Amino acid sequence: MIEIKNLQKSFGQHHVIKGIDLTIDKGEVLCLIGGSGSGKSTMLQCINGLHSIDDGKVLVDEIDVFDKATDLNKLREKIGIVFQQYNAFPHLSAIENVALSPRVVKGMKRKDTLDLAAKHLEHVGLGDKLNHYPSQLSGGQQQRLAIARALAMEPEYMLFDEVTSALDPELVGEVLDTMRMLKDEGMTMIIVTHEIPFAREASDRVAFFDQGKICEIGDARQVINDPRELRTRQFLERVLH
Amino acid sequence: MFGYSFHWRTVWQEIPQLAEGAIVTLQIAVFSMLIGITLAVLLAVARRNEGSIASRLASVWIEVARNTPCLLQIYLAYFGLGALGINISSYAAVLGAIAFNNAGYLAEILRGGFNSISQTQYAAAHSLGMNSFRVYSYVVLPQVFRVTFRPIMNQSMWALLNTSLGMVIGLKELTGATQFAQSRSFRTFEFFLVAAAMYYVIAKIILGLAALVQWRFLKGGR
Ligand SMILES: Nc1ncnc2c1ncn2[C@@H]1O[C@H](COP(=O)(O)OP(=O)(O)O)[C@@H](O)[C@H]1O
Ligand SMILES: [Mg+2]
Repeated sequence: MIEIKNLQKSFGQHHVIKGIDLTIDKGEVLCLIGGSGSGKSTMLQCINGLHSIDDGKVLVDEIDVFDKATDLNKLREKIGIVFQQYNAFPHLSAIENVALSPRVVKGMKRKDTLDLAAKHLEHVGLGDKLNHYPSQLSGGQQQRLAIARALAMEPEYMLFDEVTSALDPELVGEVLDTMRMLKDEGMTMIIVTHEIPFAREASDRVAFFDQGKICEIGDARQVINDPRELRTRQFLERVLH
Repeated sequence: MFGYSFHWRTVWQEIPQLAEGAIVTLQIAVFSMLIGITLAVLLAVARRNEGSIASRLASVWIEVARNTPCLLQIYLAYFGLGALGINISSYAAVLGAIAFNNAGYLAEILRGGFNSISQTQYAAAHSLGMNSFRVYSYVVLPQVFRVTFRPIMNQSMWALLNTSLGMVIGLKELTGATQFAQSRSFRTFEFFLVAAAMYYVIAKIILGLAALVQWRFLKGGR
């Protein structure tokens, strides 16, 4: 379970997260929608401690992310994250990208990590690209590689930050399909996305972010088909037309 | 031709002395690069943490190494330290001074390499559970060395040529050994032609070693 309590975060003078309370249960899929600059990425990166915070608490399985005594590297093993920008390691082939962390972080044997990496790459449909370098892969393939790389650490949570936003439209589907597959396997996920139809059908709940706060949160169909808040309605009208 | 007649026999007799000098030259060039690269990584990483004491010390090192003559650096290592009561061999002085010089230039080269790597690479690596040491070792530095490989090779050629300055403090590296040998026979031209050929061969050996390193560790990817 991920619990976020009264989260506050500023960059210098700029107050970006203005008190967020949110709980994500094991097995749940939550989509975050909202305008650009509303703080979605910042909040996501607070969950695995990539950003510091000013106030509040983030608990992952009751471990306080911002407690000095917490081993962040250990904690990050159970939280996978995939970003909007492609960030496969360009000097490593696909299989080496995926095998690296299990080897150097978990200390697994090289041979075992290669088997593990091949398994995860096959799982996301890249079984025929094991020895390709990222520069030889399409955007959609690079994002699936990033997903496989995160999955190889066998995380309990997956965070996705607009993983389809940089993709050519014809490549969006394959990445969305991969996330659907993870949902079917029971993965707990927080997905920041602009793909509203995907959010409606693939998530349990949807939260609408507005200016550093959660303006509305609820059942996915309700929030998207029948929003209670005017701001949500205005946002959806803007992005759906 | 030009009234100069070549006499190769004397040179031939001194080849063992020249070869010894060549080995000293090759050793200093290679070791000063290995030490220089190690120090340069530390300097370049220290410099990234702007405002820290480590960063300022690194800046001073880089400035001094790059903006004073290498000859002066060798004098300082040999006579300067000597004046302070620290006596080191001319070999150690030349190796130390050239390593110091290399570190400064290489740190600046590496800085450009670091700047070419996006922040998201660090974020991605950290999010996979890697600590900073692992992020640098497995993700950042391998990429930095790929993009800076050519300028690093240029620097290693400078390091090779700079070893000839060792002569001024009496080190019998290739130039020093040649100078010594020719002064007994006065076949200056022949001796320095042979020395030049030896420098050329040493340069090729170093480039060959580098190609080996590149093939073994830096293959693939961008
Ligand atoms: N590292 C940073 N330094 C300074 N400001 C930042 C940084 N990251 C994000 N911001 C600012 O915080 C606000 C929220 O950004 P972000 O969380 O990326 O929003 P979203 O993901 O919803 O588009 C934006 O105004 C952005 O400019
Ligand atoms: Mg964002």
